[in-house]
Amino acid sequence: MWTKPSFADEISNEMYTTGTRGLNCCIQCATCSSACPAVEFMDNTPRRLIGMINAGLRDEVLASNTFWVCASCYACSGVCPKGIKPSELMYVLKRYSIWKNQYRGDLVGPEFSRRFVRTIMRTGKSYEPGYAPAFIFEGGVQGMLREMQFGMRLLAKGRMPLMPSRVKRVDNFRAMLSRIVPLEGIE
Amino acid sequence: MKRYAYFPGCSAETVSASYHLSTIETGAKLGVQFEEIEDWNCCGATPYTNIDELLAHTLCARNLAIAERTGLDVVAPCNACFKNLYQANQDLKTDADLAAHMNFALEADGLHYGGAVNVHHLIHVFVRDVGLDAIKQKVTRPLKGLKVAAYYGCQLVRPDRNDGFDATGPRYFEDLVAALGAKPVEFAHRLRCCGASLMIGFRRAALAMVHELLRGAAQAHADVIATACPLCQLNLECYQQDVNREFGTTYEIPVLYFTQLMGLAMGISPKKLGIGTEMISPKAALECVARKPAAAAPAHNVKVGQP
Repeated sequence: MWTKPSFADEISNEMYTTGTRGLNCCIQCATCSSACPAVEFMDNTPRRLIGMINAGLRDEVLASNTFWVCASCYACSGVCPKGIKPSELMYVLKRYSIWKNQYRGDLVGPEFSRRFVRTIMRTGKSYEPGYAPAFIFEGGVQGMLREMQFGMRLLAKGRMPLMPSRVKRVDNFRAMLSRIVPLEGIE
Repeated sequence: MKRYAYFPGCSAETVSASYHLSTIETGAKLGVQFEEIEDWNCCGATPYTNIDELLAHTLCARNLAIAERTGLDVVAPCNACFKNLYQANQDLKTDADLAAHMNFALEADGLHYGGAVNVHHLIHVFVRDVGLDAIKQKVTRPLKGLKVAAYYGCQLVRPDRNDGFDATGPRYFEDLVAALGAKPVEFAHRLRCCGASLMIGFRRAALAMVHELLRGAAQAHADVIATACPLCQLNLECYQQDVNREFGTTYEIPVLYFTQLMGLAMGISPKKLGIGTEMISPKAALECVARKPAAAAPAHNVKVGQP
């Protein structure tokens, strides 16, 4: 008889496809948490998050900021004694939460990722002034002034691009990506 | 003459133009030619994997397929570009289904990837393929007395992506610094992440991570931090002022690319190496290079922010 896979199974299955072991072998030793340089900003440490996933606390996991604070530095994946790659877990949770459209409203990460991806979809190359300005209001008026100052300083040193660069065969480039996902769904 | 298919990465055109310039200049001095991959595209950085892993792989596969036509190995000067290209290459070589899927997409641009390419980071090319002995031979103005914090960054060496190097206790960056006549300091945070990917997404955490690195470099009495990644350079240098404002510190540590230090030691003019576009001038720290090699210790312009 078929039963719906648990949340923990869903996440572990995703992890197998990225070439890492599932979460059922976690021994809760917290080596990942101690290796993490951003752990103090996470509401749940990586160890605790894995425990929560294994306990089936789906909504609490998706309401956590942990995986959006992950800087993808892979320090945890290098030290896990059980061969789990927690950095891959964080990617899996980011994708899962975007896919389910269920994440904390105060986080910048999801929208930033979407905008970055859209920029590359259009031109094939990254162009910071194309997506960064959308976020300068995050820090209030003070934050906005600070970001503008920052941009001016880069500009003064000739380190700020004035025009976006793009790949030459941009039509082919877009046709290539649309063979993976329909671009209409992302743009 | 060694030749490589060179993947500059998006930041090489603007924010890290000095890295690009100094790479080409020092390469030429050492008989290495970096041939830019024709019509390359963004590697996907971190956000692509946040949204869709297959899309992220496609971006890298296109670059690898174009490079494969040249028959040369790929070299990336950026840690993040290197990580993405190296990982995608490994996955494409070991997963036939994935490769078939990627090749279906690549067809739209008249491309095919057969898996014949190897991917290296720029610093690995210099320390392994060129070799420290060959570099030493070209040093005409040793960076005597310059105390350098060799900062690897996080995505350069990890156990499953080590490009043939020891990922747990690498020393090659320090060895390279020493080969240039400078003094590598014991920098405890050399493999710790700078938080670049969080600067927009979670600024508070990113600034704290930069702060921690600057604290470590100041404690080690470094005159200058040497990086091998444009994201680390931008984060550590250009946000230093923000860190000082946030944490009440007074750090003023110049951050240079390892290729700029190599170039200086080989007698290439600072201008050709893009020196002069920094937000924190390395001038005082580099006085040792301007003077005769036998001169006394350099001006120490690191102000320790916290006791």
